[in-house]
Amino acid sequence: MARYDRAITVFSPDGHLFQVEYALEAVRKGNAAVGVRGTDIVVLGVEKKSAAKLQDSRSVRKIVNLDNHIALACAGLKADARVLINRARIECQSHRLTVEDPVTVEYITRYIAGLQQKYTQSGGVRPFGLSTLIVGFDPYSGAPSLYQTDPSGTFSAWKANATGRNSNSIREFLEKNYKETSGQETIKLAIRALLEVVESGGKNIEVAVMTKEHGLRQLDEAEIDAIAAEIEAEKEAAEAAKKAPPKDK
Amino acid sequence: MKLDTSGLESAVPVWGAPSELVDGFSAAPSFEVPNTTDFDGFQKDAIQMVKPAKGTTTLAFIFKEGVMVAADSRASMGGYISSQSVKKIIEINPYMLGTMAGGAADCQFWHRNLGIKCRLHELANKRRISVTGASKLLANILYSYRGMGLSVGTMIAGWDETGPGLYYVDSEGGRLKGMRFSVGSGSPYAYGVLDNGYRYDMSVEEAAELARRSIYHATFRDGASGGVASVYYVGPNGWKKLSGDDVGELHYKYYPVMPSTVEQEMVEVAGA
Repeated sequence: MARYDRAITVFSPDGHLFQVEYALEAVRKGNAAVGVRGTDIVVLGVEKKSAAKLQDSRSVRKIVNLDNHIALACAGLKADARVLINRARIECQSHRLTVEDPVTVEYITRYIAGLQQKYTQSGGVRPFGLSTLIVGFDPYSGAPSLYQTDPSGTFSAWKANATGRNSNSIREFLEKNYKETSGQETIKLAIRALLEVVESGGKNIEVAVMTKEHGLRQLDEAEIDAIAAEIEAEKEAAEAAKKAPPKDK
Repeated sequence: MKLDTSGLESAVPVWGAPSELVDGFSAAPSFEVPNTTDFDGFQKDAIQMVKPAKGTTTLAFIFKEGVMVAADSRASMGGYISSQSVKKIIEINPYMLGTMAGGAADCQFWHRNLGIKCRLHELANKRRISVTGASKLLANILYSYRGMGLSVGTMIAGWDETGPGLYYVDSEGGRLKGMRFSVGSGSPYAYGVLDNGYRYDMSVEEAAELARRSIYHATFRDGASGGVASVYYVGPNGWKKLSGDDVGELHYKYYPVMPSTVEQEMVEVAGA
């Protein structure tokens, strides 16, 4: 087995590309990231490791714009992310230049996934060690979308998804609790999902919402704290209702 | 500016093919240059000679119901009419048309190429390409060949999600969006009739008649235009050919021959 992970261009006898799988491991060690699609809004949330005292937290943005109507969050090697994001931003502008139209979310996801795949089939390079969550609105139909790519270069559309640390637990939670929501409800769902695996508090999560009219907006700590408090209160109310005997029995 | 070609000269005369390897050394890569003192001027003249004068009349305009596209069908080589039945309206795909002015081969090839690119865009993105996008693809290609002697003066007309679209694209790399265009040697005459009779809210029949008349008048005055006046309509469901009338017949339709009264008639003189 050890012989088949030296260079990524080599298949193992049982059909694995080990470098790609190791890249997926790197993703699994990265920060948790969650994305939820609503009817008129898309929400991205990322786990934030507590900032060092002297670090300027504003320079560590984890949710970024690719264009006015498209945003991206990722889990994994952040340095690789920077390179991929730069290439994607250039492609967004290049598309605007050649066909005088903004990219669709599907197009730019296909481009990023294609780029990630290229690095699994070239000599002397390693795959990008990150999975991305890409959200945005279609420039014509106005429909919101959420896509995910991974180091192997595959991509697909999701109603809600998570990647990074404990992504399985978050995804389970989302599968149980997902409903078509809009506006504030979608934001709450995303934060609830993230709080399953992250300590509560605005300090530990970064949340951004995108709407068709206003583009990407980062929620500030106070807002996140307020919503987290709401969620706590709802949880306690639900617990209390379960424990107390039902009144109409 | 005289180029210094001494580095390219080989031992053999220019007209001969490069000789066999001499002394086992391979000859330096060389190409034959014309035997002239002013190479750059020569190159410029050559391009000017090759660039045809765009002997044709094509026009297109946007109106309330869609886009009307019309063209003549004459091909001329100097004073020789090489064909009276050239298809100058090229069907890029079922909802987009291109017109041909300039080099016939250039127009046909690059429109066909554009059709391929449009189809690939459809397959990759699961939606039709816009007229804006298609015209931009063509303009970018033509720009990259700028100065190499392509001669294309085309209009891309179509109907997409944003409604009717019309762009003028040429081999200089220019691209213009507009409501009315006419391209070719007959275009001044066509513009005269088109601009005079144009209204945005015309019916399809009125617009077709205006297009037909504009082409007819251009063929009447311009020697390089003639043959058949074809009129196409592009609507929300794609393009449709409306008519193709011989301009000679159109002439007698617009200006029928009035029988005039005979004043004096020649009579056979008997004998003598």
